[in-house]
Amino acid sequence: MMRFLPLRELILGGAVLILLALIATRFPGFVAPDNLANVFNDTAPLIILALGQMVVIMTRCIDLSVAANLALTGMAVAMLNVAMPDLPIPVIVSIAVLLGAFMGAINGLLVWKLAIPPIVVTLGTMTIFRGVIFLISDGKWVNSHEMSPAFTGFPRAQMLGLPVLSWAAVLTIIVFAVMMARTPLGRSILAVGGNPHAAVYTGINVGRTQFVAFVISGALAGLTGYLWVARYAVAYVDIAGGFELEVVAACVIGGISIAGGIGSVGGAVLGAIFLGVVKNALPVVNISPFWQLAISGSAILIAVAFNARAGRAKGRIILKSADVTP
Amino acid sequence: MTDTATPMRHVPDRLHGRAYRTLRSWEALLLAVAIGIFILNSFASPYFLDPWNLSDATFNFTEKAMIAFAMALLIISGEIDLSVASIIALSSTAMGLAAQYGAETPVLVLIGLSIGLLCGAFNAVFVTILGLPSIVVTIGTMSLFRGISYIILGDSSFQGYPSSFAWFGQGYIYWVFTVEMLLFALIAIAYYVLLHRTNFGRAVYAIGNNPTGALFSGIRVRRVKFTLFLLTGLMSGVAAVCLTSRLGSTRPSIASGMELEVVTMVVLGGVNILGGSGTIPGVVIAAFVMGLVTFGLGLLNVPGIVMSIVIGLLLIGVIALPRLWTLVANRRKA
Amino acid sequence: MNERYSRGGSPVVSMDDITKIFPGVKALDRVRLDLIPGEVTALVGENGAGKSTTVKILTGIYTPDGGTIRIDGEPVTFATPNDAARAGITAIHQETVLFDELSVAENIFIGHAPRTPWGLIDRSAMHRAAHDLIEEIGAPFSTRTLLRDLGIANRHLVAIARALSVDARVVIMDEPTAALSHKEIEELYALVETLKAQGKAILFISHKFDEIFRIADRYTVFRDGAFVGDGRIADIDENALVQMMVGRSVEQIFPTRAPAPDSSETVLTVEGYSHPTEFADIGFDLKRGEILGFYGLVGAGRSEFMQALFGITKPSAGTCRIEGAECTIRSPADAVDYGIVYVPEDRGKQGAVIGLPIFQNITLPSLGRTSKSGFLRLAEEFALAREYSQRLDLRAAALDQDVGTLSGGNQQKVVIAKWLATQPKVIILDEPTKGIDIGSKAAVHEFMAELAAQGLSVIMVSSEIPEVIGMADRVIVMRDGRIAAEVTGDDLTPETLVRHAAGITETPQLQEA
Repeated sequence: MMRFLPLRELILGGAVLILLALIATRFPGFVAPDNLANVFNDTAPLIILALGQMVVIMTRCIDLSVAANLALTGMAVAMLNVAMPDLPIPVIVSIAVLLGAFMGAINGLLVWKLAIPPIVVTLGTMTIFRGVIFLISDGKWVNSHEMSPAFTGFPRAQMLGLPVLSWAAVLTIIVFAVMMARTPLGRSILAVGGNPHAAVYTGINVGRTQFVAFVISGALAGLTGYLWVARYAVAYVDIAGGFELEVVAACVIGGISIAGGIGSVGGAVLGAIFLGVVKNALPVVNISPFWQLAISGSAILIAVAFNARAGRAKGRIILKSADVTP
Repeated sequence: MTDTATPMRHVPDRLHGRAYRTLRSWEALLLAVAIGIFILNSFASPYFLDPWNLSDATFNFTEKAMIAFAMALLIISGEIDLSVASIIALSSTAMGLAAQYGAETPVLVLIGLSIGLLCGAFNAVFVTILGLPSIVVTIGTMSLFRGISYIILGDSSFQGYPSSFAWFGQGYIYWVFTVEMLLFALIAIAYYVLLHRTNFGRAVYAIGNNPTGALFSGIRVRRVKFTLFLLTGLMSGVAAVCLTSRLGSTRPSIASGMELEVVTMVVLGGVNILGGSGTIPGVVIAAFVMGLVTFGLGLLNVPGIVMSIVIGLLLIGVIALPRLWTLVANRRKA
Repeated sequence: MNERYSRGGSPVVSMDDITKIFPGVKALDRVRLDLIPGEVTALVGENGAGKSTTVKILTGIYTPDGGTIRIDGEPVTFATPNDAARAGITAIHQETVLFDELSVAENIFIGHAPRTPWGLIDRSAMHRAAHDLIEEIGAPFSTRTLLRDLGIANRHLVAIARALSVDARVVIMDEPTAALSHKEIEELYALVETLKAQGKAILFISHKFDEIFRIADRYTVFRDGAFVGDGRIADIDENALVQMMVGRSVEQIFPTRAPAPDSSETVLTVEGYSHPTEFADIGFDLKRGEILGFYGLVGAGRSEFMQALFGITKPSAGTCRIEGAECTIRSPADAVDYGIVYVPEDRGKQGAVIGLPIFQNITLPSLGRTSKSGFLRLAEEFALAREYSQRLDLRAAALDQDVGTLSGGNQQKVVIAKWLATQPKVIILDEPTKGIDIGSKAAVHEFMAELAAQGLSVIMVSSEIPEVIGMADRVIVMRDGRIAAEVTGDDLTPETLVRHAAGITETPQLQEA
């Protein structure tokens, strides 16, 4: 029943496969299932955040505060765990999601109710959230020995052959695939970004849809905050510093138009996986990992140039003789 | 409609006098904030009013402000450049590389500025010739430029700049006045004249308010935007020279995150992030406000990261408060 | 009421004494319009006759200032577009506003998709329903196709399917064939027949007489916002309908002009201007002091050609000469350098730079003259702005006022002042009086005449017949991107213009006498 993958995703998927094939010719170990699972697990946070960013970008906004939100939630739940080591993991996860969603709601309200440009709002909240981490933690680290084993063990726990962290990404992908394709909210998100004027006429509230997108992005940042801190078993002010740009990069590479209205779950996931494969492959193929940044930068430029060329608006056709061209 | 109420043939040039316009401006409000912070600071710490302390404090905004002036013009025209900090990194790396081969100070400066210009031209080609959105392009080049620095430097660093090179970032012109302060002042005046006193500046405003209308009025929109990206690149090159000279070393992580501080400074200075309005005096005052806040809190032993809360709140607050005010006022009326 | 429609059923929608007033303009003055189930009613009138205002009132975008709308005889008011939609009224606009990135089925059902018991969109049910609708209207695409992959004609079909999906009783088609090819138009006609057979009432707005006579059962004519007449298409012929539409004397409103100067001095020569999709083989001469009118239907390619001449778009072929010297125009800046200036139709977006003060708008293209080696001289700027705002009788509080705070007519004056300050040789005015109040309209007309008298050559693109006839010395009629005819002297009558523009070939005998 799924609409088959559009061209953009096919090309990107092809690029990832070719990349894997090239690596495999010299380092077959890289494409061993175990290693691929590792790569996926390593990319899971980026996938989750890229999906959240995707809905925000598709409503013609941008959320630069995701990494700071992640770090703040991560610190908050880590400190909570230190204070109350017996708090069950589901409660921790719920708190992380709610806290993240709350921060997303702050962004969303400022954009919706006060009509402040999203880039200004999230630039501001980004620095504020980072500062708040320092305030609550007093600049100290929360280290692995202070966290409870249950807290750090959860993202790494194996279920059906994959760690929970990977399952979180899989679950997010499924939820987003259903949400975007099968719910009125998903359709509204596409409609708001694609044609806000027409969206109003079909009874969609543009501002509220943008607000919801920010809440979604925030909630996922909160979830990732816990998973990140627990997986690396450390929380400090600067974790995931600059990660917001990697998230935006994954979206851009995945063909999500910064002008809104264009994008897909498949694209965002593939964009994140592309970056993940590059990052994990570099040390294997003996290229210094310092190449990673330049490669992802080039990938963004190529992707945006490519997508813009494909999406040029067609002019009006007046001449009857020009009819033959479809 | 204003025009129906005043049927007159002789339309006056201006509705209000200069004093009225000045008092009502964003810059006046910002100046009041700056003075307020200055007074607060001088009460809060006895060390604040020491000239040498004040002089040292300018270093935390002069380099950013140099870029902020060019960025202000770019944002007024409706574009943005997020790659400025990465241009600093690449430019600094190039200078470091040249210094390893024994290049002298004038050559180093030339290289630093040229790399800045080249990076600006690279952005400009993508934005004005290929017609791509500047925010995405410069997020890309932000990774690319710094990425090249990482490829060249890895986790090492360049040191051993010629001793005369230190003049830019560490030198003094007279008493407490640094070379950077002089540069800051000269660049501020140059950009003030460029934006507020030339045809080019007028074109920048026209493009920012209505790019189509500007094009239809015979403005060469692409050429103006291309120049603005070049200028932003050049200013990043100047900042790279100053910063490298001041630090005496180059790491690929140099100036990381500075792009956001520059944008914050510009927006705080009253430049509309959506383009069309803003002034250079506003950016100058915003630079001082950010410098004073950082310095004042520093004297009170507040760590730098907490200052970012204040900067973030300032950024959102200065835009949100007037809008919140109108929102509440409208509610009350209804 | 029934007497009015001896042969039709009773109307599903009837508008009576509907009045709509905008500042300075009475857009509709006690008009009436009835839509009857199973019949196509053609709304006929010139631009500015009040057709689009009527559509906006019917779809709930405007609220009328007077009169009653009845549905099945019951008075109703539409506060929002949603109210109108709920009453079963849908409009298919010329530029169909839907969503490119959604599939056909999703576009049809956005906002009212069938749901599963879980609350999710029931895709199979949605596609089944969409498939049925599409089958019903005979559309040649799948329900899964993305809208962006469809041409304009097929987008119309999607919009029509959407209209059917909400169970519309009234379908408004606003110039539906403007961008369609002949084959696509035939398909649209077939569709209209299907809709009729289902008992929908159709309001059909078109400038093309052949299609009105082909498809409509009834007609209603508006002129200048007033009701002129209605009746059955079978009872009227083309010439009579043209008469009803344009029938007013045009002399009284326009400034009397001296006969076109006899000078043979050609200012602008255009030859073989062509564009891949928009216009072909445009050529003409323009003399000093002449007003050359460009008439045609909306979408005939007039503005597209003018924008190419002004350097906005690139023609694929053609040359242009100013006073005999060949010129290469690659950008508007080049055009201005050659002395060709353009007052666009879309004033807010292309004409005035809203956000800048009046004086800066006026001096924008003349900064080279008011400045000294690139530096602004405000005193010179104000002097220039003052001079031209006085010449155009601009009404404003001050010259440093944002141009966006002015009325449409005064904004237009600023745009014209901006160009006159450059001392051009040729001024192109694209629909110069569209959407501005009557007072400003007369001022613009008077000024145009004055400019021509002073030796400026004027090209005036206009869809308003009285304006074209009242102002132009010579008129070029464009149809489908080509020059259809050049009309001068005694041939310059509303009937000839309409006939050439609409492509009516037969010569009427009655009217010539």
